[in-house]
Amino acid sequence: MQISGAKLFVKALAAEGVDTVFGYPGGYAIDLFDELYKQDNAKIKLILPRHEQGLIHAADGYARSSGRTGVCLVTSGPGATNLVTGIATANYDSVPLVCFTGQVSTGLIGNDAFQEVDIIGITRNICKWGVTVHRREDLGRIIKEAFYIANTGKPGPVIIDIPKDIQTSLGPSEYPSEVNIRGYKPIENVHIGQLKKAYRMLKSAKRPLILAGGGVTRREAFEMFTKFAEQTKTPVVTTLMGRGSIPTTHSLFVGNCGMHGTYAANMAVSQCDILFSIGTRFNDRITGDLNEFAPEAKIVHIDIDTASISRNVKVDVPVVSDAFTALSKLTEWAEGDAEKLEHIEGREEWIDKIQSWNQENPLEMKVENGVSPQAVIEAINQSYDHYQVVTDVGQNQMWTYQFLQMDENRRLITSGGLGTMGYGLPGAIGAKLANPEENIISVNGDGGIQMNIQELATAVIEGLPITVCIFNNGYLGMVRQMQHLFYGKRYSATCLTKRRSCPEDCKGPGEQCPAYTPDFVKLAESYECRGIRVTKNEEILPALKAAREETKVPTIIEFMIPYGELVLPMVKGGNPMSEMILKAKK
Amino acid sequence: MKKRWIALYVENQVGVLSKISGLFSAKSYNLVSLTVGTTEDVTVSRMTICVSSDDITFEQIKKQLNRMVEVIKVIDLTEVPIHMKELMYIKVWAEKQEKKNQLFQIAQVFGVNVCDYSNDHVILECTLTEHRNDDLVALLKKNFKKIEVVRGGTVAVESVSTFCR
Ligand SMILES: Cc1ncc(C[n+]2csc(CCOP(=O)(O)OP(=O)(O)O)c2C)c(N)n1
Ligand SMILES: [Mg+2]
Repeated sequence: MQISGAKLFVKALAAEGVDTVFGYPGGYAIDLFDELYKQDNAKIKLILPRHEQGLIHAADGYARSSGRTGVCLVTSGPGATNLVTGIATANYDSVPLVCFTGQVSTGLIGNDAFQEVDIIGITRNICKWGVTVHRREDLGRIIKEAFYIANTGKPGPVIIDIPKDIQTSLGPSEYPSEVNIRGYKPIENVHIGQLKKAYRMLKSAKRPLILAGGGVTRREAFEMFTKFAEQTKTPVVTTLMGRGSIPTTHSLFVGNCGMHGTYAANMAVSQCDILFSIGTRFNDRITGDLNEFAPEAKIVHIDIDTASISRNVKVDVPVVSDAFTALSKLTEWAEGDAEKLEHIEGREEWIDKIQSWNQENPLEMKVENGVSPQAVIEAINQSYDHYQVVTDVGQNQMWTYQFLQMDENRRLITSGGLGTMGYGLPGAIGAKLANPEENIISVNGDGGIQMNIQELATAVIEGLPITVCIFNNGYLGMVRQMQHLFYGKRYSATCLTKRRSCPEDCKGPGEQCPAYTPDFVKLAESYECRGIRVTKNEEILPALKAAREETKVPTIIEFMIPYGELVLPMVKGGNPMSEMILKAKK
Repeated sequence: MKKRWIALYVENQVGVLSKISGLFSAKSYNLVSLTVGTTEDVTVSRMTICVSSDDITFEQIKKQLNRMVEVIKVIDLTEVPIHMKELMYIKVWAEKQEKKNQLFQIAQVFGVNVCDYSNDHVILECTLTEHRNDDLVALLKKNFKKIEVVRGGTVAVESVSTFCR
């Protein structure tokens, strides 16, 4: 029997076990939407976000929250181009997405037809794979390959561009059950010899340190990872994406390393003799000045992506493997060595030294008046025993990174690689759709929340009681911080209160400032959300409690953060990690 | 910085060439030449790519190529015995017989064919290594008032007997 491309599309989604599609229709995707409408007993739920960027971030949040592949369906032209930032966001954090874009009919391609864009060309460098379907008989195979490529190996976003005539024309009804792509064979095993070498080095080290990146949390290797650190008595530092690999309350957890890492973590990296890293690509936020990075250490690098190994830092023992596979072997060997490891020497001294660094310069904020960001995050720690916190980008994100307690049940979802403002709200919506029972808390700045604020409507319509925190400091705080520290306090285009009526020579915020727009509480109400404004630390816990008790709609909590607060410590971009700015005048 | 060669087997599909060349521009790799043609299997194309890079970047280039879905196989030709030639046409402006004679001599020494001839032009057809082609171009530039050079980029195949380059 022959069926239309659109019918095969729905059949394929069902075969892939897709339960949710994030879709925004248009003329060149209408046939696909029509088939979704017609499906028997509507197994695949269709979510209609309010902007394609919000849409893809929601699919991304869904994927990060559940590990399943997020599915987007949009029309050609502007529908497709609105996905671009979201595709790059997913690509940089290895998030499995399959994005279907409508396209003008094959006969019109190249004619500058209405709403024709070469989305495959546009996204070539920011996705794992992308292809336009030119022949109806290839459609099934291509969709099958797309799902396979998106969520195997190092996951990533895949784009399938389907011209209108491919959607409507008849062709084979079969959806293949297997894939065979000659150029794509994800690595599933590990070179035992290399891994053994790495393990032996770790055992014989005097000042070993484990660095965990997003590869560990992505593969949910929490338990094994923690066990391995305990077995080998090795302290742990993490990247933004790796935080929570070991519970942040664990005695072996030193802190985050990198640009906004803790003093102890960055000192430990600078002085360790073995840096045993798993699932990180050593980007510049982690290494700072490459010549000064971990100068005394031999570096072990375990990563699924061969291209990440030895790219940024010189690696002594490269191991190509995913974190899960490597850790199963490592914990197994350490188990066998339990007795020897029990008597391993010299580690206490090293651990003591790290602890003394932590005491010397603990992570804490002193906020004189107004709401303390640290207090907000600590209140979140206190209020829930499990959650997924989804952040936006900026100071709000870094404070969350610094103070949020994390482990297997308390996760962070954040745009780490691309740092995409506007992720926080739609990302949380996706997470809640994937995990309706989970406490989903979205943390945003007053700037970033406005980049996809329209998605409040989506959350309301879908009845998602998420908690949306807005850290209102009246500024694009993270940029202001750099201007404050490195650009002679010239706050160019970072004040969000500023109006045309403001004096040219503004000396900084005060009584005379115009009102902030929008009024987030009123805005919440107009969306039928609950809105709460918190101006004092004492109001934080009650506000979170009210949000927790809300079961139907989002609660927006606007925290009035003093405008001048800084994220510290900080290492200036390109400087060595040992050169931390620990204190600065606000 | 050193010149190196890669042979690349890729899917013979629309967009693959631009994906490969796009990688070089996106990552600021220094592409010297790229040739492409189908193989005995029409679904597969083979590219010969010449890049100029340091060791670390070259490793990166190979890895980046390898991780592309459309890339079937990456072969590093830098150290292996290969046969390697570049097709080049040179149109030389030479009116006087004396200049023409000089040109024929050069052609003979370099082992290239004279494939076309008119009163004031001669065309040479050269299948030499890239280096020899460079030498020839330099020599002709010095000795003739005007030349036009059309180069095709290097193609290479692994040797079956001995080291030969
Ligand atoms: C889409 C996008 N545009 C610009 C930036 C650059 N940027 C990084 S942080 C930041 C300021 C964010 O301000 P806000 O959302 O208020 O958060 P805050 O830092 O004040 O907590 C900006 C503009 C970015 N990361 N993403
Ligand atoms: Mg702000």
